[in-house]
Amino acid sequence: MKRRSLIKAFTLSASIAAMGLSWSIQAAETIKVGILHSLSGTMAISETSLKDMALMTIEQINAKGGVNGKLLEPVVVDPASNWPLFAEKGRQLLTQDKVAVVFGCWTSVSRKSVLPVFEELNGLLFYPVQYEGEEMSPNVFYTGAAPNQQAIPAVEYLMSEDGGAAKRYFLLGTDYVYPRTTNKILRAFLHSKGVADKDIEEVYTPFGHSDYQTIVANIKKFSAGGKTAVISTVNGDSNVPFYKELANQGLKATDVPVVAFSVGEEELRGIDTKPLVGHLAAWNYFESVDNPVNSQFVADWKAYAKAKNLPGADKAVTNDPMEATYVGIHMWAQAVEKAGSTDVNKVREALAGQTFKAPSGYTLTMDKSNHHLHKPVMIGEIQDDGQFNVVWETGQPLRAQPWSPFIPGNDKRPDYAVKGN
Amino acid sequence: MPKALLCLFLSLVLLPLAAQASDADYFIAAKANEQARLLQDWAAQPDPARLELLTSLQQGRLSPTDTRKLRLNNRLRGLVDNALASHQLLSTDARLRLAAAQQLQKSAQPPQVAFLDRRFASETDAAVHAALGLALANLQLAASDPAVRLAAVRLLGETGDPMARTRLEALLEPGVETDSNVRTAAETSLAQVKRKLLFGELLGQAFSGLSLGSILLLAALGLAITFGLLGVINMAHGEMLMLGAYATYVVQVLIQRYAPSAIEFYPLIALPVAFAVSAGVGMLLERTVIRHLYGRPLETLLATWGISLILIQAIRLLFGAQNVEVANPGWLSGGIQVLPNLVLPYSRIVIIGFALFVVLLTWLLLNRTRLGLNVRAVTQNRNMAACCGVPTGRVDMLAFGLGSGIAGLGGVALSQIGNVGPDLGQSYIIDSFLVVVLGGVGQLAGSLWAAFGLGIANKLLEPQIGAVLGKILILALIILFIQKRPQGLFALKGRVID
Repeated sequence: MKRRSLIKAFTLSASIAAMGLSWSIQAAETIKVGILHSLSGTMAISETSLKDMALMTIEQINAKGGVNGKLLEPVVVDPASNWPLFAEKGRQLLTQDKVAVVFGCWTSVSRKSVLPVFEELNGLLFYPVQYEGEEMSPNVFYTGAAPNQQAIPAVEYLMSEDGGAAKRYFLLGTDYVYPRTTNKILRAFLHSKGVADKDIEEVYTPFGHSDYQTIVANIKKFSAGGKTAVISTVNGDSNVPFYKELANQGLKATDVPVVAFSVGEEELRGIDTKPLVGHLAAWNYFESVDNPVNSQFVADWKAYAKAKNLPGADKAVTNDPMEATYVGIHMWAQAVEKAGSTDVNKVREALAGQTFKAPSGYTLTMDKSNHHLHKPVMIGEIQDDGQFNVVWETGQPLRAQPWSPFIPGNDKRPDYAVKGN
Repeated sequence: MPKALLCLFLSLVLLPLAAQASDADYFIAAKANEQARLLQDWAAQPDPARLELLTSLQQGRLSPTDTRKLRLNNRLRGLVDNALASHQLLSTDARLRLAAAQQLQKSAQPPQVAFLDRRFASETDAAVHAALGLALANLQLAASDPAVRLAAVRLLGETGDPMARTRLEALLEPGVETDSNVRTAAETSLAQVKRKLLFGELLGQAFSGLSLGSILLLAALGLAITFGLLGVINMAHGEMLMLGAYATYVVQVLIQRYAPSAIEFYPLIALPVAFAVSAGVGMLLERTVIRHLYGRPLETLLATWGISLILIQAIRLLFGAQNVEVANPGWLSGGIQVLPNLVLPYSRIVIIGFALFVVLLTWLLLNRTRLGLNVRAVTQNRNMAACCGVPTGRVDMLAFGLGSGIAGLGGVALSQIGNVGPDLGQSYIIDSFLVVVLGGVGQLAGSLWAAFGLGIANKLLEPQIGAVLGKILILALIILFIQKRPQGLFALKGRVID
């Protein structure tokens, strides 16, 4: 009896405290901002750091007085790497929490899953990851790269004298929409450059594949037929066993370079990089980029990771999607200031042509019509300390082509955002 | 006179030094294209004084004492390797010359022919002489004298080098080779090379099958005890593997910090630690949760699944959601070159041996010790065993601990070839159940055959129909097999089984 009453008393006091807490938050006028990244499940490895980066950026904006005199209040939810749950949590953020904007998603399936919700409720989503294109929604702003801002320049580099003048291409990917679409675009691009089908090999593995013996043996066999480069769209975790197998079977970057589109500083934290020196990655930002904005950005992040005692804080690194998150939040804040309101239609209008001095060392512009950022492209070689050495870059930001001209029928698509596309 | 001598002496000493310094300066000042041309020139006309510069360049520096990192790209790195090999042919060490000649087989360019010819004529070591001959033969395919081409083609036929096949095929393209003698010789050589390559490929497939099988075996062996013998549908088995892998990581970090000299052997030290951690957690689970659920498979399944989620999230909170870095020690990196197109990685060879060792150990434990006798007694007839004075509760706990501990050992092996992250176990749990069910519940030998059988079948199918379809086909075949033979490959016989 006594125990039960104790529990009752405890729950009562806890709920009163919780109510008090929510009152005190509501008391000051804030702008609610949703963060929709998986904090558990398979994608947690990549998305957790984006959530932390978003929180850091919001904290920084608040420290400078917030937006339009109001502080930002982050609402973090966990869609748990479960695609339908993304739609559910997205709806919850828009209808219950009434957030002004959502920053989130990593995989293309999760974005496709929330898209109808955002279009139906006229919400606003910032998507920070490189992707396959073929989409342009009025309710989404894409701060990651489209294929022409990552994949195509990377292949052009491999074809150049400095990139090794590759004649044969081994396209290796995980079996889902992003690698399949990217490889479709790349195959058309390679054809346009005179590479024959017999010099292109396309191989897919299931999600979470961990045995790359046969594939590496096949790459070796294929590479005997001429200077070969591997273009990898292998996703997340599977990269570790792939790179380990490459190293163990003695395939060096000088013989067969591998250029990856999903491997960044964060992924390399889980790998011993000494055998990987010289393999390549194509992104729009690397932590090693040398400029004052980036030095500040990296230092801020390391300090934040330490202050919040994030796991592995002593080895905290920044990467491209984190930079895209940071840029996205700042651009949104600037647009809200310009529009003088958080109304989605007004903010959307204010976002067109918005510029921001990004850590990549360039002033990035949000395109006036296509909802994508103009981004510079950089090719980095992996170094023995897990960082990248930039060996090539475009020199100026490129405009995105979400509708790739290498996919038939895309020439008829409009170059502005339309619902249901 | 002495003054003149001194001058001569000084110039003799300083000249190579000066030449080297200027080479380095010249190299660093040049643009990438110029650097590439420079390296090609050096490769064609080696000068011993440049050896030090090239060795440093290969390590990404300008001189052995210079600590600044040089920024080279892949193309330059390849050219440095080639130029360095050219220079190393002048070395007095026969092993160094052999390695250099092998490098040149891959990378030598036409301008190097004259130099290679000279070295080939003066080479005294038989192995180096043969290797140089091959390097030269690759280039001589383009020679103007048909006799030279004929000799080169014949020589290439004796190698099993995949590059030789491409070169011969290019030669046999219509209109390339006009001399009919050389053409017929090239055809015979090509057939020879293809035969050798096929042999290497088949051997490679068999090895990767064995290797995949050994990994499946290590992942499934613990489950063969907890599920096979005790009958607990243990969905948290994968997490025992994961705990073993994380124990390896912790051991690695601790040794790095407190005893860096022993870092080469950290996987060996990690073995007992991983066993203890996983066994401890397993026994704790058995005593607190699973013990109450014996004979209720559905509840066990749900409870252990819940436990697996708790363990995953606990690890995520402790170590973070990101994968942790487990580095291979030197003796587990790289591989042994058996044939020109077949490299067997050391880590995989060691894991095959380790898997067999663990099976042997488990078998001995179950069949040659008192604990094993008790375990078998309890699994066959619990009531009778209890009547005979076997402490069934304790035996359950120890057997569950043993199964979990063996899973921990598997985790150490898995950490050497794959990812170490909170989700590690999830990717092995299905495969583990497949192996145990296919092999026959309650049979160690069954798991052994099932693991190697699945591994080899997977690797034979993968090159034909791809990894995705291969996996689906294997799954379909297993379902059909289980329909036909629900007890698996090996069934327990006897009255006690009902």
